[in-house]
This record gives sequence, C-alpha cells and structure tokens, in this order.
Amino acid sequence: MKLNDEQQMLQDSVARLMADKGPVSRLRELRDSNNEKGYDEPLWNAMVEAGLTGIVVPEEHGGIGFGLVGAGLVAREIGRNLSVTPFFSTSVLAATALATGGSDEQRQQWLPKIAEGSAIVALAVDEGAKHRPDNLKATVEGGTLNGDKVLVLDGHVADLLLVAAGQGDQAALYLVDPKAEGVSIERTVMADNRNAARISFKNVAAEPMANGTGALQAALRAGRAVLAAELSGLSKEVFERTLGYLKERKQFGRLIGTFQALQHRAAQLSADVAMSEALALQALDACDGNADDADIQVFAAKAKAARVALLAGQEGVQMHGGIGMTDEFDIGFFLKRARAGGETLGDANYCADRFATLGGY
Amino acid sequence: MSDLEQFRAEAREWLQANCPEEMRQPLKSQADHCWGGRKWKFQSEAQKVWMERMAEKGWTAPQWPKEYGGGGLSPEQGEILNEEMQRINARTPVSNFGFWMLGPALLKFGSEELKREHLPPICRGEIRWCQGYSEPNAGSDLASLQTRAEDKGDHFLVNGQKIWTSYADKADWIFCLVRTDPSATKHNGISFALFDMDTPGVTTRPIELISGESPFCETFFDDVKVPKHQVVGELNRGWDVAKYLLTHERNNIGGQPPGYLRGRALGPLAAEHVGTEHGKLADAALRADIANLEIDNLAFQALLGKIRAEAEAGQGVGAQSAVLKYYGTELNKRRYELMMDAMGAEGLEWQSERTRGGMFAREWLRSKGNSIEGGTSEVMLGIVSKRLLGLPDA
Repeated sequence: MKLNDEQQMLQDSVARLMADKGPVSRLRELRDSNNEKGYDEPLWNAMVEAGLTGIVVPEEHGGIGFGLVGAGLVAREIGRNLSVTPFFSTSVLAATALATGGSDEQRQQWLPKIAEGSAIVALAVDEGAKHRPDNLKATVEGGTLNGDKVLVLDGHVADLLLVAAGQGDQAALYLVDPKAEGVSIERTVMADNRNAARISFKNVAAEPMANGTGALQAALRAGRAVLAAELSGLSKEVFERTLGYLKERKQFGRLIGTFQALQHRAAQLSADVAMSEALALQALDACDGNADDADIQVFAAKAKAARVALLAGQEGVQMHGGIGMTDEFDIGFFLKRARAGGETLGDANYCADRFATLGGY
Repeated sequence: MSDLEQFRAEAREWLQANCPEEMRQPLKSQADHCWGGRKWKFQSEAQKVWMERMAEKGWTAPQWPKEYGGGGLSPEQGEILNEEMQRINARTPVSNFGFWMLGPALLKFGSEELKREHLPPICRGEIRWCQGYSEPNAGSDLASLQTRAEDKGDHFLVNGQKIWTSYADKADWIFCLVRTDPSATKHNGISFALFDMDTPGVTTRPIELISGESPFCETFFDDVKVPKHQVVGELNRGWDVAKYLLTHERNNIGGQPPGYLRGRALGPLAAEHVGTEHGKLADAALRADIANLEIDNLAFQALLGKIRAEAEAGQGVGAQSAVLKYYGTELNKRRYELMMDAMGAEGLEWQSERTRGGMFAREWLRSKGNSIEGGTSEVMLGIVSKRLLGLPDA
C-alpha cells in the first residue's frame, strides 16, 4: 500500500515531534530518575495537543478517526525513538476496545477522556509467562471478578482497567475501577524500562461491556498490528545506526564496512527491515478495511516484525562490538525493547501458530 | 462503464470464445509449456490454435506496440488481461527468451530496422531465442568474457564458447555478448549481437544437471559470420544492454515458484503427506517451518508491491531488484526444501509414473540454480551493500 497525502503529512509531523520531544535520551532520564509515573509527561501532553491520543477515537467522541494506519505511523516513530508514553495502552488498545464493544454510555464516558488525555486506561489479559488469551483463569460471576493478571501495561497509573475474563471464545472484557476494594497493584518495571504491573482481583465489582468479546478480539488485533509497526520502526532505526557505525569505525587500518562478512549481513538485514515495514503497513490497512484476511496479515506482520527487531538488535550490538555492550551507549535500549515488544500480545511463535491454524494446517 | 471496465468485459468475452478448453488447465509440469519456434512440435491442436489466436490478437506480447506485433495495451490493461486469463486458468500461449529478454532490449536499444525484423516473429511464436552470456571463465565476473567478434568489413567473425545457454539446442536465434574491442577496458569493448543458430560454425552440447535434465547447453562458435547490422545499440556499448536486461530479469522474479508449487499453498499440501492431529499438521517442527516460510513470503510480497508501486510512480527500481532477486530465490529454495520434507520418501521416487518421472525431486534440485543464475545471491548482496547501503569498497 501507499500512504495518501494526509497520512504522509501525519507521518512527517509525528516524526518531528518524537525526535524533538521524545528521543532515546528521555528514556534514559526517566530510568535514571526512577520516575514514579514511568512515562514522559511533557511528551504525552504534546501528543494530546497534536490530537494523537485520539487517533483511533471516532470524531463524534472527540478523536480524529485516523484509523489503525494512523496509529501505526505514530507507533513507527515511537519505535524509532523509543518514546515512553501510554499511547499503546490507552490510545490503541483501550480506545479500540471501547469503540468496538463499549455501550453508548461507556463510549461517551471514556472515549472523550482518552482523546483529550485526561484518562489512562490499561488492558489486563495475560496471566502467566506467555500470552494465552483463549485459556484464561480469571472469572466474572454475578458481576464479581476474581483472578491475577501480569504484564498490564501502564497498570499502576491507570484510571480504568479493562480486564479479560472467561474461557475460550467466551472471554470478554470488563470495566474495573483500579481503586476498588479487592484490587492490589504491583508495579513491575520491565527490562525495556516500560511500565507494567501485576494486578490481583479478589471479589471485585466488574462492569460488562455491550460486546466484551468483540472488544477483546478487536483490541488484540489492533494491538498486534500497531506493535508490528512500532517494531518495524525500531528495526529501521537500529539498522541505520549500525550502518552508520560500519561507515565510521576503523580496524586493521580500514573501515569495518569494507569487510564482506559484515556487508552481506547488513544487506540481508536491510531486506528484512524493509519487508517488516511493508508488511506491517499492509496489515494495518487490512484491519482498517476489515479485509477477510486481516487476521492472517496481522499475525504474519507481528511475527515478522518481532523476529526482525530482535535480529536487528542482536546484530546492532554485535556490529558495534564492545561499545554496544555498554549502558552508556544507546543501542542496548533497542535490543531490550525489541524483546519486550516482541513478547507483548504473543511472541513470534504464538503468531506463527495462529497464522498456520488460520491457513488450515 | 469506464474504459478499463469496458476492456475487461471485452477481454473476458474474447477469451471465453477463443481459449480452447484444453488450454484452461494448469500446467501439469514444465513440459506442457509452449516455447514456439521453428523446431517446436505442438503437443496438441489446441496448443497450436491457442498460440495462433493470441498472436493474431497481439496478446502473446500484450504490452508491446502494435506495429511490432504486440497488443499495444497500457500497463493497467495488461494487468486486467492477466487477471482475466488467470480467472479461467488460461495458459500462457507461448513464451521464451525472445519475450522475456530480447524484446525489452530491442524496444529500448534496437534500431527501427532490427525491431521490425525481429519483434513480429517473436510475437507470432515463430522464432525461439536463447541467451549467450556466461562463459567457462566468465560467470559471476561476466564482463571478463572472451568470445571475440572480429571486424571483417561487411561482417563480424565470431569465435569462442558460451556456457549455461538455456535451451540452445532448441533455439533458432541467439542474442550474445561478444568482445569487439579487445584493447578497451573490460566493460567497454563488449557488443550485443544477434545471429541465427543455423549459421555455419555454431554447435551446441546439452549439459546434464543434478536434476537429470538438460535445460542448459555449452555453445561453440567457430568462425561464425554475423552481418554487421545485427548489433543492438552502439558498437562496444553492449554492456549497457546486458546490464539493463539483468536488472529487467531480476525484476521479473515475483516470488511465485515455477512448476509444481506454483499457486499451491504448502501447508495443505504437507497435510496430504504427513497427516494432521487435532486439525494441525502432525509434524510440529515442519508446521512451524512452513508457517515461517509463508510469513516471510507474505512480507516479501508486501515489499514487492511497494517497490512496484514506487516504480510506477517513476522512482525507478534500480538496485532494489537485487534485493528482490536475492530474497525471492532464497524463498523459492526454502519452499522446495520444505516440499521435500513434507513428501518424504514419496517425493524421492525418481522414475515412477506416480511422481511423473521424479518431477518433485527434479524440481527441488533445479531450484538450487535459482540463487546462481542471473547473478548469485552473493553478487546480489554485494550490489545491495554497495549501491543501496553505500558501504565502501575494500
């Protein structure tokens, strides 16, 4: 697919915004200052002002309705700069879930808040080491939720939780107040320095959605597609930084980029990076158009992007040599994010398994 | 109705009326392909009729200009014709190196005289062409080729040897890189010459490959007289033509495998051989390998689509074609490996009727050449690293 003029303008302005206000150095500052909120508030405010927090929120609820291609373009720049905001949890996952499956009242209550940046909403799905959304233990009986969740992105700063509960294809999302009795939240800073939380629910009041099952499915699909875009942006950035290093670092009296062993690996990686980017965009477009093969495209895009990002991160560290191993140098941040982003909402193996099942084998 | 919709309707109606039923079946094997040419023996009346009708319509080369025997279609119309042919499984009526390679070269570099002489017989399927590029000592380093063409006043006298000449023993004419100025630097003394394979002094010898088949030949030239007007483009500038054609060739690699695997999904095919448990392939590792291949293929198709769209917008493909050639051929090799993994012993039968004479194993072995012919994967990675990534020379 090709970007239209509006999308191209969005991409250009987001690229400027992220590079100005949310570069990798901000991630380092947040980490080193043990920032309590754990995200970049000035950047988040700037994104609110630019309307980006409401990018998938329909216009009638105060958003700009740019769809997932728009969200993917933002995510790609987030990936390039490792910008830390609740964009993914709130503006992608929660906004999609509420817009898809929320009752009129729920939509009217929460979507404008998401668009104007006055609420952070977190999605709680996973319960163990791996993402297994069709095998959940959490239950809701008589409006009461019980269960334990992990990897709840931005869970410790959320104003609202969307919690998945129920078995198999009955699993659905419920609205839960994080301050309600019976909710206990432990912030777990992850290797990529992003926010997550372990949250346990003991006999907590849970409010059903109009279509909680559809909301969960839509949020997961949108999330995977947008993550694919973020990871493809990350891959591109690591690759370009590494390519730059090959052109300046000298050993044995010559630039290391003259060595064929490195040239060929760089060339192979460049092909993978370009494919990851093209497939992510195609998958986002398939979601927006509700294409028959949108799920297949999204699982493929997420699997490809996760593998390529990890490879790019590994090659980035290796080709930088010793300096790539130092905390002082930024390349390691990309490797850490590649692994965490790859794991989120299903790793490459999970996505490939689902891809095969949808392909009938 | 828009012009394109109108064209689609007409094409559909014409194909419906003119494509024989027998030509609406997928190729059973490569042997069903119609190559055309003076020596061609049609497999059936239907194959002959289909080629002749399409040639008369100009649709054997749909996008070539009408005055040279083509259909004069726009790229959009060409795409529609393709879709309409695929819709009824219509076979390609005739195809050979004249269509893929020489035609595009003549259209870009050829004189009016050469275009009028050579393009119409290609379109009519009357002349089958072969390509004389590689030599025993000029493979990846093609520009070091040594076949000489000496200026003898009214003609060139050609002496030397080519290798990997596809179907030279079945072709009527050859387009051939020859050295016309031995004193110039290696890229600057080469010309692009055309001559009849029946000219005295031309001999061919098929080479048996690991697949047991002989699609390639050694071709020997011993005092072969070539009329001087049969040089395409400027004398001693044949490398420009060759480079253009190599890029063109690499662009045409679309990730669709040839032969048995064309249009077949590997997962369901594997299920026929290894069986399923709870709806999943019974071999979990093979299932994961196939899924990962198909994911990579989808990613490759997405990139291909993007590059083609950029090319149509006039940004040019250029060195990007090296990326496509590298990745497309490596994917194809992986695909055939997985086909053999899935088929197991059934795919290994070399002569049986069951395997149509060992078709599976032979196609698997043939695919190994994909990353060698037309520029090896290593040469492609070198082009990518220098021309796309700007990495320095040693």
